[in-house]
Amino acid sequence: MLAFAIRRLLQSVLVMLAVGFIAFSLFNFTGDPVALMLPPEATQADRDEVRKSLGLDEPSYVQFAIFVKNGLQGNFGISLRLGRPVSQLLIERLPATLELAMTAALLGLLIGIPMGIFTALKRDSWTSKVFLTGSLIGVSLPNFLIGIFLILIFAVWLGWLPSFGRGDVTQIGYWSTGFLTQSGLKALVLPAITLGFYPVTLIMRLVRAEMLEVLRTDYIKFARARGLTNHAVHFGHALKNTLVPVITITGLQLGGLIAFAIITETVFQWPGMGLLFIQAVQFADIPVMAAYLCLIGFIFVSINLMVDMLYYVVDPRLRVDRATLGGH
Amino acid sequence: MINFRKLLSASVLLATLLLSSAATVSTAAAPANTKILRYASQDDPQTLDPHSANLTPTNRVISQVYESLVARDKDFKIIPGLALWWSNPDAKTWRFKLRPNVKFHDGSPFTADDVVFSLERTLHPLSQLKSSVQGVASARKIDDLTVDFVMKEPNPVLLNHLYQFRIMSKIWASKNNALTPQNYKSNEDTFASRNTNGTGPFSVKLRQPDVKTVLVANADWWNNASKEKGNVTQVEMLPIKSNATRMAALLSGEIDFVLDPPQQDVARLKADPNIRIAEGHEARIQYFAFDQFRDELLYSSVKGKNPLRDLRVRQAMGYAIDVNAIRQVVMRGLSTPTGSIVPPGTQGYSKEADKRLPFDREKAKALLTEAGYPTGFSITLDCGANQPPADICQAVAAMLTQIGIRTTPNIVPLANYFSKLQKFDTSFYLLSWGATTFDSFYTLQALLNTNSGEQSSNGDSNYGRYSNPKMDELIGKIKSEFDMKKRDGWIGEALLLNQRDIATLPLHQPVIPWAMRKNIEANFAPNNIAYFFRFKKN
Repeated sequence: MLAFAIRRLLQSVLVMLAVGFIAFSLFNFTGDPVALMLPPEATQADRDEVRKSLGLDEPSYVQFAIFVKNGLQGNFGISLRLGRPVSQLLIERLPATLELAMTAALLGLLIGIPMGIFTALKRDSWTSKVFLTGSLIGVSLPNFLIGIFLILIFAVWLGWLPSFGRGDVTQIGYWSTGFLTQSGLKALVLPAITLGFYPVTLIMRLVRAEMLEVLRTDYIKFARARGLTNHAVHFGHALKNTLVPVITITGLQLGGLIAFAIITETVFQWPGMGLLFIQAVQFADIPVMAAYLCLIGFIFVSINLMVDMLYYVVDPRLRVDRATLGGH
Repeated sequence: MINFRKLLSASVLLATLLLSSAATVSTAAAPANTKILRYASQDDPQTLDPHSANLTPTNRVISQVYESLVARDKDFKIIPGLALWWSNPDAKTWRFKLRPNVKFHDGSPFTADDVVFSLERTLHPLSQLKSSVQGVASARKIDDLTVDFVMKEPNPVLLNHLYQFRIMSKIWASKNNALTPQNYKSNEDTFASRNTNGTGPFSVKLRQPDVKTVLVANADWWNNASKEKGNVTQVEMLPIKSNATRMAALLSGEIDFVLDPPQQDVARLKADPNIRIAEGHEARIQYFAFDQFRDELLYSSVKGKNPLRDLRVRQAMGYAIDVNAIRQVVMRGLSTPTGSIVPPGTQGYSKEADKRLPFDREKAKALLTEAGYPTGFSITLDCGANQPPADICQAVAAMLTQIGIRTTPNIVPLANYFSKLQKFDTSFYLLSWGATTFDSFYTLQALLNTNSGEQSSNGDSNYGRYSNPKMDELIGKIKSEFDMKKRDGWIGEALLLNQRDIATLPLHQPVIPWAMRKNIEANFAPNNIAYFFRFKKN
């Protein structure tokens, strides 16, 4: 187990370095931040001065080396757009993104799993068919379109919910939360539904497929033969065994939700990391882009690592296989 | 074992809770005498430091908080600001008599020391606002309310420049270690990039980058009795990046004012009974320019010579552009065609120089044939990837192709566009130029003077490297002429020369729409900055 963990950890570091390097090389093509920091009416002397003061006159491999060295010390430089330390900006934005992603993931689990079970058990009822058709829409409609539809209906027509922002937030130490105020909760509804749409449908379809698979197996037949109630068979035996893939997918989805909250955050002006990144791209704000991509890489790598570990714990077969392999 | 029935009912409960709490919230009623203006635009100010970045989104906040020695009235005429009056005791000196009893937002008094300090801060190498004090070498305190500016070179229109010169409290800056503008390389954020202390009509109460900036009216503002004063007591400046969301927020009444409604929505907004549109001309000209320097163009089928150095070819291009079609189709009516490189209202603007070549395709073809290109040639037109320039380029490319100049539009992301132009890596391009000082000199010097390399600001943005000794001579005269009448004459001549030479080919002046709820009254300002102290909310 320990060897396994260490090996995975080393791989993760390599992945991180690769992410950092690729990201950094790409940024050289996003353009010249100086051109955007100064108005077109600026003089050449102004431009040179700013370029020099930003360290952009160095060759790009030197810039990368400096970036890695400082990054290891938690110093990602100063945002060219906002003029503040990048690490501080990311820490400020992290809670917004995490709260949104977690709520969306929770929606996925709390709605997706029951719907999946329902559609698996009552395959032929019309409700199941409605759910399945609806889920097709959820998988195929792009995120921003769902968001804009929701805004149109609930903000413009009905006027129930805000169309943008995060409402009032409460500061608890470093963490700013929108869970404690009414306007914060209100503001969370539409973005969370938008972002949660895909995981809901995904988890529903996954649970349904797995459940149908399991219900056909012999041990379920035996369970029925033993005279167990439907409830015990479905939830005690069948569902438990469908959960292994659900854990993996939910874990990977969580990473995806954090990373791809970008679009939802832009549509709803949700002040999270995704919005920060989008604006950084438009401004060619290299320090923010680099730090963000590294952070997202880090989140993905650690979630993957955790899911692997969790697998190991949940699925006894993995342990047995490895033990017998090791014995040879 | 997990009890799923419980889980299911819990999730239903949670969902109802969320929804019900959401549905029952009502907006807290504000006291009757506070008038809150909720303002949205797509950009958030980058910094609050008044001398660090010269960017419009930043200027939109800074202009509410910091003031200059001079101000501009509703019609953009220069009027006294923090200076009561001024004079030129000699050619190298400007003397300013300061307004007494003015206080900064923190209560400290405004004196000559603050002016001297602000000038030093503006002239600091890290400052990007040096153009606001063009020609000034240093400042000298005469007494507490008198300051002399010592000039290193003459600037007859110093006041036009000074409008952007912001005065910061010296005591406050030294107390908070903000004596210099922000330095990006030192990895520090200065106090002044997040906090403000000016003398203006509003002070910054809260600043959350990319979320909101809250301004409150300054009850002790020296100019509170102004006739132009509105009634807004608090402003929430909200950045909303997505066009659709910004418009949805305006339509739903969550915000009162949108600075930058998307062009395609303006017609629909005008039909909405709850929305008012205020339109005005921005002091900006969109124009084409040509590589008139190289012996062979970088991006053209013509080899061995440069067709754009032939006046007849440039004239043909002028005749080929149907500016009214661009106005109607691309700009949706939101532009005024122009032949002048400076907009009306600019010091020195000349009606005579504001004439376009008429749209005449036959004439254009004839000129091309005369120039030796009966079958035309191909060329690349560069433009920025923002709107509307990208659409304008598409349209103009089609128009030029019709007279035989087969034009390929090359749309470049903004972050790359300026660096491309600065390397002169272009044959033919579209750009826009703001008359930020409301004087013609800056435009003429930057766009039409011979490009003199990195040594001076002459021809700084003349990326086609047009050069005419006559033009350079006129610009040199304009630079130091204090007799305004004579000076306007020189400017008129230079503008006419631009028109005759087709040094640049001006296209139009954009019309900017502001969208607001019916209960808001706002005056359009030609620099596209909303001055909140003039806003009224009914």
